[in-house]
Amino acid sequence: MNVAVFILFGLLCLGGALNLLLQRHPINSALSLIVVMSSLAVLYLLLGAEFLALAQIIVYSGAIMVLFVFVIMLLNAGEEERTHGSRAAYLAGIPGVLALFTVLASTFLTLRISFGGTRLGSFLVRTGDLSRVLFRDLLLPFEVTSVLILVAILGAVVLARKES
Amino acid sequence: MRASPESFGSGNDTHVNILIFVLLSLLKVAVVTVIFLTAVAYTVLLERKLVGRIQNRWGPSRVGPFGLLQPLADGLKLFLKEDLMPTAVFRPLFILAPIIALSCALISIGVIPFGENIRWHGVDMFQIADVNIGLLVILGVTSIGVYGIALSGWSSNNKYSLLGSLRSSAQMVSYELALGLSVIGVVLRTGSLRLRDIVNVQNTHGILSWNFFGGFQFVAFFIYLCAAFAETNRTPFDLPEAESELTAGYHTEYSSMKFAMFFMAEYANMITVGCVATVLFLGGWSSPFGNLIPAVGGPVVQALLPVFWFVLKVFCFLFLYIWVRGTLPRFRYDQLMGFGWKYLLPIAIVNVLATSLALAFHG
Amino acid sequence: MTVPIVWYLILSAALFCIGVCGFLIKRNIITIFMSIELMLNAVNLSFVTFANHWHQVSGQIFVFFVMVVAAAEAAVGLAIIIALFRSRNTLNVDRIDLMKL
Repeated sequence: MNVAVFILFGLLCLGGALNLLLQRHPINSALSLIVVMSSLAVLYLLLGAEFLALAQIIVYSGAIMVLFVFVIMLLNAGEEERTHGSRAAYLAGIPGVLALFTVLASTFLTLRISFGGTRLGSFLVRTGDLSRVLFRDLLLPFEVTSVLILVAILGAVVLARKES
Repeated sequence: MRASPESFGSGNDTHVNILIFVLLSLLKVAVVTVIFLTAVAYTVLLERKLVGRIQNRWGPSRVGPFGLLQPLADGLKLFLKEDLMPTAVFRPLFILAPIIALSCALISIGVIPFGENIRWHGVDMFQIADVNIGLLVILGVTSIGVYGIALSGWSSNNKYSLLGSLRSSAQMVSYELALGLSVIGVVLRTGSLRLRDIVNVQNTHGILSWNFFGGFQFVAFFIYLCAAFAETNRTPFDLPEAESELTAGYHTEYSSMKFAMFFMAEYANMITVGCVATVLFLGGWSSPFGNLIPAVGGPVVQALLPVFWFVLKVFCFLFLYIWVRGTLPRFRYDQLMGFGWKYLLPIAIVNVLATSLALAFHG
Repeated sequence: MTVPIVWYLILSAALFCIGVCGFLIKRNIITIFMSIELMLNAVNLSFVTFANHWHQVSGQIFVFFVMVVAAAEAAVGLAIIIALFRSRNTLNVDRIDLMKL
């Protein structure tokens, strides 16, 4: 059953990602990306990261993608048009990406015996364990990220303000 | 305890047959869904009657005794109405948006414990899914519910709908922060995100151990209340969907079943928020008398009595919701956003600070 | 009934490569930005997989920080896109490729 869930949500991830590429209107790409992120959350649950799975849904699908959808709705720029730059990107980009994928996949496949397998429940990180490491050993990076978020809020407010 | 496909149940050592687990879960889901949908229909009636009484009139009283068959008449009317789909709408999203809204309203009920941890064949009978992170599931589903509204306005291809849905989505996203922060005090007192643990901590001394009283989370409760009003788009925060503003906002173009789904989603959200507030702040299924009343009646009565207390508390919460709706005027949009960001959020943060200081000093 | 770890890693590599592909091919600036988010998510999957494989929490902590940084970056990036749209009135990157207005 573990394998079935992985295959289902893995295919959803890949399908959503390919749909992101193939759709022309950005709103459809955004919805495909939401599908990818929600499927990734299920995969995190399979890998025992329960807090991260919900954080993925709350932060990524529920906040960041809402922001993307807002901007697409507000700017309302319509469908994408084919312009001159895309031809070169197709000719050089796609073979390069395929080469990258081949290198990565072959590296992983040569190590497949030593990596072994995982099953649901073989490793579960409870929220308490995660927070103990986060707030004791890594307290300084945590506080720095709060400053980072403050800077990002200020930056976003200033950049998106109308010229008055 | 190592989890394996044959053993389920967090914190419990029994091994459950997977087939029995699946069948009993399906049974629980069916029963809860039927009861929940009936409750949604009768909440609409409750609201109409209560708001009617507040406004010194009867409310629906013709269909059936005391108007009790009114939801049936309403359902029939909405079902039989013509399902208009304007030609300029973006069809896939137009149909998907009410589905998302209603699904997200119904999913959260799956993690809420209605009664004590009574097991039958090893399966918890009063909670559908006992997950370690139940509270986060509720917050996550609330976050996804924003899409139902955002996409409905966009797909309607109508500037009033778009503006209404953008306002409503911005409001929901802003008040989600205050909602999330207000429950942190409860989590600090409990030490766990699991909803059964949260209720068990409040079960010790009757009403005094509830998070509202003994846990001193009354500020958090009021923040949660305000944030919940805004999340469910209810008065006084219902500007995005009020009929006199923006021609009914994001559900202008919807008719018949799709409108019924939005309508049901709003009341289902109300009930879900009431259930969550009961579990977090009002002691869930624990009786207010605690151990003062001796346990009378057989095991069946003892099993159903906590469910009775739970339903009573949710009913009181819904009464409060409808009472506020009938009494208060609505906020203007800039007042609404200012209130969420400039008042609720700082107060919620101060509440978290105060709760953690109190727990650090008193143990 | 185990899932080989390599399958998760190959899925992560595939998502990353699709993200790179989207970044190169697409002409709408918002879609390019979404491809960047897809790449970040692919890397997150990789981290969680290794955290599971080596039974360590630090992989998941790293994902937590990547999520925070991605959120901050998305906010600022979208604000930049809005500012850009206000001045150039187009979202096509081939029309925004000169510093001259």
